[in-house]
Amino acid sequence: MEINIQKRVLQKNETEADKNRNWFRDQKVFVLNMMSSPGSGKTETLCKTLGKLMPEIRVGVIVGDVCTTNDADRLQVTGAKVTQINTDQFGGDCHLAAHLIEDSARKLGCEDLDLLIVENIGNLVCPAEFDIGEDARAVVLSVTEGEDKPLKYPLMFQVADAAILNKIDLLPYLDFDAPLAVENMKNVHPGMPVFEISAKTEEGFEPWLSWLRTKVKEKLG
Amino acid sequence: MHEMGIAEQLVQIALDAIPEDMENPRVEILNLRIGKLASVVEHSLTFCLEIVTKDTPLEGVRLVIEEVPIVIRCQSCSREWEADTPMFKCPDCSDAKVTLISGREIEISSMELAD
Repeated sequence: MEINIQKRVLQKNETEADKNRNWFRDQKVFVLNMMSSPGSGKTETLCKTLGKLMPEIRVGVIVGDVCTTNDADRLQVTGAKVTQINTDQFGGDCHLAAHLIEDSARKLGCEDLDLLIVENIGNLVCPAEFDIGEDARAVVLSVTEGEDKPLKYPLMFQVADAAILNKIDLLPYLDFDAPLAVENMKNVHPGMPVFEISAKTEEGFEPWLSWLRTKVKEKLG
Repeated sequence: MHEMGIAEQLVQIALDAIPEDMENPRVEILNLRIGKLASVVEHSLTFCLEIVTKDTPLEGVRLVIEEVPIVIRCQSCSREWEADTPMFKCPDCSDAKVTLISGREIEISSMELAD
């Protein structure tokens, strides 16, 4: 006997994500989901970004890692409200699901925030599949990785609203072909803005900050 | 490794769809539709499913997967095409934004129960 079902398998997560989105709208907070492979420099990029956005923009961060509070400790120094999710308590998941964000965002409190950044778990595969109720997604690629990462992990770059190419201060010492990396990103996601920056030297930050400020302003009205 | 979460959701959806009055139900086949762009590894999903279906009416279930092609539409000229490689740029409008029409599906279409 065949039973017709016709359901999206991740429907439960999508329902939770929609619930989050409604709550974030009521709280008047813009939510950015930041994703990348491990070691691309997400946390350092965020530390420098927060330093430049605050106090004009009030920022909170939810940090996701399998283990440790190292990243949250680094971000705390900026003065932002920070909370850490360790997924080893939930089976060691390699991504943040919507229900985890709901718990953490409510614990953190968003009523005094303009921008909530979710630093997702370092992974270019799984986080791309899971909507968390965010307004925009940014993916970070660094020049110590391969230029073809966007072609190997196309979904991540297809679902991102913006990309950052980080660690450009290292370009003189590497064989990395930055124009090719940018071209690969644009082939996967035509029209996506790509910001070439160095979180270490702070080179190239202004266009990225301006993109983020505009997004926050658009949401807050 | 999000296949474990997908396997758990599949089991839940299938269990919910079994008619309440059915005695000793046994689900033999799950018919899925998986987009080519979705990050699902069939071997991993089968492996995870074996674990989470143990001692349930789905134990020993077989997956039949229909692969859904990646279809892209250019937002500028409305051209639609099937992409075999991750090159989603419109051949005519280069930097114009595109819409993903299909290719991200992770869906269960039906299940087959033993008579």
